[in-house]
Amino acid sequence: MPDAGAAARPAPASPAALFRAFNRLAMMGFGGVLPVAQRELVDRLGWLTREQFLELLSLSQVLPGPNVVNLGLIYGDRCFGWRGALAACAGMLLLPLLLVLAATAAALRFGDVPAVGGALRGMGVVAAGLVLATAIRLAPGLRSNPLGRGGALAFVVATVLAIAVLRWPLPLVVLALGLPGIALAAWRLGKAP
Amino acid sequence: MTGLGEPWQTLLWGPVGIGAAEWWRLFAHFTALSLVAIGGAITTVSEMQRLVVAQEGWLTPVQFNDCIAIGQAMPGPNVLFVAAIGYSVGGLAGVAATMAGSLLPSAVLAVGAGRFGERYRRSRGVRAFTAGLAPLTIGLLLATGAVLLRPLAAEPVAWLLVAGTLWLMLRTKRNPMWAIGAGAVAGALGWV
Repeated sequence: MPDAGAAARPAPASPAALFRAFNRLAMMGFGGVLPVAQRELVDRLGWLTREQFLELLSLSQVLPGPNVVNLGLIYGDRCFGWRGALAACAGMLLLPLLLVLAATAAALRFGDVPAVGGALRGMGVVAAGLVLATAIRLAPGLRSNPLGRGGALAFVVATVLAIAVLRWPLPLVVLALGLPGIALAAWRLGKAP
Repeated sequence: MTGLGEPWQTLLWGPVGIGAAEWWRLFAHFTALSLVAIGGAITTVSEMQRLVVAQEGWLTPVQFNDCIAIGQAMPGPNVLFVAAIGYSVGGLAGVAATMAGSLLPSAVLAVGAGRFGERYRRSRGVRAFTAGLAPLTIGLLLATGAVLLRPLAAEPVAWLLVAGTLWLMLRTKRNPMWAIGAGAVAGALGWV
């Protein structure tokens, strides 16, 4: 169910439209689909606002399983129930699966070529840049966060330190920073409803 | 390639020919890992390696790493590296075991959690949950980028590629494929 304020927002017309959109964004997603998903669903198609995308991604990230698949499943389910979830998930996985299988069969038979390894490295660098760009594009969604700008920024910095510097595993980060964040947000929301 | 039947056997059951007992062990292991894979299937790679390489000896360490690289390099969600592992171990039957094992449990949970969140979206609990985790989501993306770039910190061409990618994504409406293509060319030429 779309909410009342989003009446003018474009939405997928059918599960088939959902399948095509997720297939397109998956096929563009070399080295990570998430940046392309944000670009397509928020910037190009306008099916989700930046805030809605951030909200869906936050939920997808704390759930087990691949983030972008979770995001597609939850969004597809919200649009068309289980048929939408299936359409988004299948759109994202079917064609790339065939490519992965073909590449695996080729790798098993022919081994590797140096230029291919180099190309993979170069694509990996760009993939890292795409992830950073996604973070920068989504960050303004924190402006309306009940934690306040300073509070939200403190949690962003703490998360970067915990993962990139201290190398904590994600479950520990969710416990040590996620729970206090949720508690603080609940307290702030209770104080100023 | 002796007979017509052999390529088909390899396609269906893998180079060695996976049996029912092996299939079940593969499926059960990946199913168990599905529900602890917070942050994605990639976080459970070491446990997958333990079964597939160390315990069962189905793949060599190099073959296993190739599977991960293929999953990262091909378009689509990175979780598809489990399909590459499944195929290398047991052909299409192996793919069914690793893909269904990795995806079904977490998919059911995700749809359930998504419905719960939607039903109670106005409640303080759900609003606090998503608001409290939003900064972590941003921080996680920044940290992921940093971790991926760390081994390349001494390479100026890598920084140039990252700067170009940020410009393309933040200042233009162009397709990210252009950046990926530039990265692939620079890498194939040995610049990165």
